[in-house]
Amino acid sequence: MNILEVRDLCKSFGGLRAVDNVSFSVKQNHIKAIIGPNGAGKTTLFNLISGSLKTDSGSILYKKETIQNSPPYKIARKGLSRTFQNIKLFGNMTVLENVMVGRHIRSRAGFLNAIMPLPRARHEEKVTKEKAEAIISMLGIGNLSHLEASGLPFGKQRIVEFARSLAMEPEILLLDEPAAGLNIQETEDIAKTISKIRDQGITILIIEHDMSLIMDISDTVMVLSYGVKIAEGDPKTIQRDKEVIKVYLGDDDA
Amino acid sequence: MSVTQIWQYVLTGISMGSIYVMVAIGYNIIYNTTGIINFAQGEFLMLGAMIAISLSTVMPLIMALVLAIVLTTIIGALMEFFFIRHMKKPTVLNMIIITIGLSIMIREAALHIWDEKVHSLAYFTGNELSSINILGAYVSPQYLWVLGMSALIIIGLNIFFKHTTLGRAMRACSSNKKAAWLCGINVKNMVTISFMLSAAIGALAGCVISPITQTQYDGGTSLAIKGFTVAILGGLGNNNGALAGGLILGVLENLSIIFLPLAYKDALSLTILVIILAIKPSGLFVKKVMSSLKEY
Amino acid sequence: MTVKKFKPILILTAAMIVIQLIVSLIGTEFYLTQLTMALYYSLIIISLCIFIGYAGQISLGHAAFFAIGGYTTAVLTTTNFKEYIGSGLIKLIHGIGLTSTTIDPYGKEILHLSPWLALFTAIVITIIIALIIGIPVLKLKGHYMAMATLGFGLIIYRILLGSKIFGQADGISNVPAFTMPFGLKICGDSSLRLENYYIAGFIVLLGIIILYNLIHSRAGRALRAIHGSEEAAGASGINTAKYKLFIFVLSAVFACISGVFLTHFFGGIGPAEAGVMKSVRYVALVAVGGMANIWGTLGMSLILNFLSLRGVFGSYDDAFFGSILILFILVFPDGILKVENFTRMKEFFKDLFKKKSEKVNKA
Repeated sequence: MNILEVRDLCKSFGGLRAVDNVSFSVKQNHIKAIIGPNGAGKTTLFNLISGSLKTDSGSILYKKETIQNSPPYKIARKGLSRTFQNIKLFGNMTVLENVMVGRHIRSRAGFLNAIMPLPRARHEEKVTKEKAEAIISMLGIGNLSHLEASGLPFGKQRIVEFARSLAMEPEILLLDEPAAGLNIQETEDIAKTISKIRDQGITILIIEHDMSLIMDISDTVMVLSYGVKIAEGDPKTIQRDKEVIKVYLGDDDA
Repeated sequence: MSVTQIWQYVLTGISMGSIYVMVAIGYNIIYNTTGIINFAQGEFLMLGAMIAISLSTVMPLIMALVLAIVLTTIIGALMEFFFIRHMKKPTVLNMIIITIGLSIMIREAALHIWDEKVHSLAYFTGNELSSINILGAYVSPQYLWVLGMSALIIIGLNIFFKHTTLGRAMRACSSNKKAAWLCGINVKNMVTISFMLSAAIGALAGCVISPITQTQYDGGTSLAIKGFTVAILGGLGNNNGALAGGLILGVLENLSIIFLPLAYKDALSLTILVIILAIKPSGLFVKKVMSSLKEY
Repeated sequence: MTVKKFKPILILTAAMIVIQLIVSLIGTEFYLTQLTMALYYSLIIISLCIFIGYAGQISLGHAAFFAIGGYTTAVLTTTNFKEYIGSGLIKLIHGIGLTSTTIDPYGKEILHLSPWLALFTAIVITIIIALIIGIPVLKLKGHYMAMATLGFGLIIYRILLGSKIFGQADGISNVPAFTMPFGLKICGDSSLRLENYYIAGFIVLLGIIILYNLIHSRAGRALRAIHGSEEAAGASGINTAKYKLFIFVLSAVFACISGVFLTHFFGGIGPAEAGVMKSVRYVALVAVGGMANIWGTLGMSLILNFLSLRGVFGSYDDAFFGSILILFILVFPDGILKVENFTRMKEFFKDLFKKKSEKVNKA
């Protein structure tokens, strides 16, 4: 079953067609990777799916329901979570608090309870904290939970962002270059974590430049170049695809 | 209401509008190099006029004017050099707060150096009674000075930004700071120069308008907010848009006297400001594509 | 709730009592008047602290909400409805006991709305205006939001200054006392100084408990997340527009309540209360308190407002607030009443003593 379907999606900025008539689908509990040179429109595609950008035309279906042009928070509540290429943590909050924000859609206390916490809200707060702590320790950063998120090293910040996304209990997770700026060891850890997340039944759509990571974990790979989809298939086929090689190595070498 | 009367309102409206354009240009120059709104822009007008008024008692008017502009320019430079340049946390919020703080300090200093009374610079030509007939409307020659000076500044700035190395360097800073820096442009000095330029234009505007509207230590604020309205109408950072916005606001405001009580004249431009900010913060004259790439 | 959570509130209560005792013991009970006013002003400043410091927004127009509260109650409690007592609405309000009668200084009997009804009306008006302004303005960011709120504040100021019903430049005076249960009264009567000081203290205490709960709730976390990154907050499922509007309206209501009580305490209100300088002063106090530091903001607001109201800064009052704005943004962008600063100070002295003792040992 397809959890996410994108049909004929277009987005231009002025004269630049950042996403040009792209269609693809993501199967439930698969890991799908999107690769392509810089400026291929991968992050724009993510921004369109998660609702931070409005589409020009085309449709995005999440579980057969159109979601294009809904505000990001509504899309998030349906079970779609994302991370950012240039990590976006809440810098003024601790690691634990960051992850607790991820529990926002899984808790309900409203404005009345904010002013005057009733017993149920206090209980909910306790549960939120426990769940957040559980996720933090699962990802192996339990010792950092009371540090300010913005002060952490880059690799750890990525994991915190991961934890925040997972706290939302999403059905599909969009990862924007999760290994960017990480060393080999950290990249391997991330790969393991991603596989572990998939084993919990979460579908993953991932943008990545690190080919070894992509080839190791993904079920299918899609290649974008200048906003156009040029190839799609399993990792082995993609590696041999002439068009893809041309895009990555240039015309002369093909 | 006769046609001549309306023509008279339009004419004075254009003159007032051109003052707002000068204030707006002051905002734009600093906004383009730094991305901040200088809340003390109105104080440059007040300072320029106040200094000129004091100096004009001891020297000829023309010398007083030049000296006032030079002194205000120096104050603008010092302001940037001592306060803006050395901020520990240059967040937008802190930038807003520090320029507000500086505007208060300049205003309070003016209150204690001069006083709370209304002052006025002498008319550049003639006196408060002289008037010129323009197509049936009688206006003070000072309005012509206002129009002439604004035209001069707009033409001068266009030449400066298009045909001088310094002007081009400043434009480079506004489109991409890092790239400009990599090309060997000293971005920090460009910021200082933008403050000086804004201060100079502000001082000149303050001087030419002083004989008409008179000058008080806290008179900068209302001119500042109108200038900002104009800058927003034309799209922040866009000088030609500001020119159109200024003329529209000036005329509209003067014509409003026909149907609104005088006490609410100032509320009109404020209402326009809030409405424009609410529905089209990119301004009236900015292409949609451009505005979709900016954040408001 | 644990004892730890209550600690600051207990300290605050104790501090209030101690201050009152000191003031009474040294025979300067007239200080209580300015302290009471400083307390009411603090209400608006601590709520602005949440809006600016925690949610990361900016308002240069909050004095307008203060004025809306103050002027609403002033108009409703000074207008004589005696002639209209037969007509529909007034008859109804009078029938259910929501009017009061006071004698004005000229000995004339005035039948006006009860301050409670005035307070309620003021809050409703404030909420409506805050919604109308907040929905478009909160979409803006940074400078644009600052200018839009500044413009809003100036519009209100101009309207107050230009309208006869609001007394133009003179404002409204002879506002009667705000009568409360148990025979308590909010008014500037010097014989009621002590009770008014504690009433104000109690109201501020209530306010700070509400805001304290807010900070530590799910909604408070959402607000701080919006401050950290609005995009990430949205991607985490937070309806950012709704939360920003909520805190804008809440802080506007705080400002309104502060305006209502202060107007009754002071017995009047003038257009200067809606001025830009007031709005800027409130922002300055939040900055001095350390932005996202509600206790620091409260402390600084009480001290500086008290000194300002005592006239310590003389004709340099505005200049003083302008200079502390600059000083704090340049030198202490995080405020000075911060825990880290105290620990740093402690460490500094520790090091100092260590060095001294080392020297002694060497000798």
